[in-house]
Amino acid sequence: MDKLIYLDNAATTSLGQEALEEMMPYLKENYSNPSSVYGFAQKGKKAVEDARGVIAAALGAKDREIYFTGGGSESDNWALKGVAAALQDKGKHIITSKIEHHAVLHTCGYLERQGYEVTYLDVDENGLVSPEAVEASIRPDTILISIMFANNEIGTIEPIEKIGEVASRHKVLFHTDAVQAFGHIPIDVEKMHIDLLSASGHKFHGPKGIGFLYIKDGVKLDSLIHGGAQERSRRAGTHNVPGIVGIGAAVQSAIQKMQANAEKETAIRDYAIDRILKEVPYARLNGDRTERLPNNINICFRFIEGESMLIMLDQKGICASSGSACTSGSLDPSHVLLAIGLPHEIAHGSLRMTLSEETTKEDMDYVIDSIKQIVERLRSMSPLYEDFVRSNQQ
Amino acid sequence: MYSEKVMDHFTNPRNVGEIEDASGVGTVGNAKCGDIMRIYLDIDEETKVIKDCKFKTFGCGAAVATSSMATELVMGKTIYEALEVTNKAVMEALDGLPPVKVHCSLLAEEAIHAALWDYAEKHNIKIEGLEPPKADIGDE
Repeated sequence: MDKLIYLDNAATTSLGQEALEEMMPYLKENYSNPSSVYGFAQKGKKAVEDARGVIAAALGAKDREIYFTGGGSESDNWALKGVAAALQDKGKHIITSKIEHHAVLHTCGYLERQGYEVTYLDVDENGLVSPEAVEASIRPDTILISIMFANNEIGTIEPIEKIGEVASRHKVLFHTDAVQAFGHIPIDVEKMHIDLLSASGHKFHGPKGIGFLYIKDGVKLDSLIHGGAQERSRRAGTHNVPGIVGIGAAVQSAIQKMQANAEKETAIRDYAIDRILKEVPYARLNGDRTERLPNNINICFRFIEGESMLIMLDQKGICASSGSACTSGSLDPSHVLLAIGLPHEIAHGSLRMTLSEETTKEDMDYVIDSIKQIVERLRSMSPLYEDFVRSNQQ
Repeated sequence: MYSEKVMDHFTNPRNVGEIEDASGVGTVGNAKCGDIMRIYLDIDEETKVIKDCKFKTFGCGAAVATSSMATELVMGKTIYEALEVTNKAVMEALDGLPPVKVHCSLLAEEAIHAALWDYAEKHNIKIEGLEPPKADIGDE
């Protein structure tokens, strides 16, 4: 298989050339531990602080508000468990949404088992959380609101600034899981009233295994990883210097190219969505049409199942993902697709394609032509389609 | 994650389609958990031999492959022999399935049984050892 069209950039991205080059010396020649005092370690220490500065600038934050972690899941876990532990005397109520990533949802489930109460807000048919619903569910014992910046499956961008305003007005801490958004769309933590923000390097051409948590000055939360005095004694563990250098370089590059990439991806995204909806019958777009990540396409094809589609796309050199049960390892399709009100059998037929700035219109034409063949073939084998056609003939 | 046999039966499924005026039709599974199989049987009145067998499946790669293999295994057998085709036999014929996909082979066995049950009911005969179908689209 020569051709490879990678349309799973929400799962992970390729490592950027700049990031790779900047990381190389810290993987080999300069292997020092930046916490050491000798001169040999100073270069690594400076590289770590430079990367921190780049990230802080990208968010409109102060350098000391950026804390490096092992990735998005750790950041989400730290934000939720850390606030829950630190503020338990104030209250034990947390507000989140039904469409969060499992790193947030399963952490909330864990906290519920520890005696916390969690409100899981509904979303509308496009996956939008209502700031009014957030406000209505705030109680005197609410200690944290955690709403994702943009959804990883359907690409919907949440009204973060409005939710931040609500949280700030009620003096409740506001965390946002920005793993899919950071590096792709503008974020300003001051303007958006964000107290805590999670992000991950490999979602924007940085390396895997590195992420950060933005913690606004003055926010109290317990540590998740105890040990050495790294990260202002809040997150122990020897600095992952190559990873930190890599994420710094990737942020620099992502911020520089953000607008151009977003425009390019949005144009190809919209072209592909329009073509699919026009040319494939019984297809529906999931997620908001405009409040949407520039690189996200998520479409349900009725009467067919997602995993079959993925295998057939793979045979044509196309990498994509699905929210079907078979791909999640459970009997239920994606919780996000169910939360936006899709019936199970339609949710099983979802296809997510997440572009990169390298995806071309020609790539998408090939992909859409392939989808058309695959959908037709799978429908010809589908008893659901047979029944549908029969009931239409009667 | 799938064996070559599974991939072969998924990519080139045998006996896909419908049989008009089939002797027996069985549909099992439900759309909720993402697998529906429908098996059509054409059975010789005299010899009770399965002359033709077709399937339609909504489901993952393993669901398609197990349906395809099940139709191959029952083709040419009598209805009594077909009853002996177990999910284990389907799995073995496919060189195994990942653990999370074993239920697909069970569904294939149930689909054959459901089609045989339909045949038995229509023809007012009793097939020793055949239980009424468990799962149905209606279970949703």
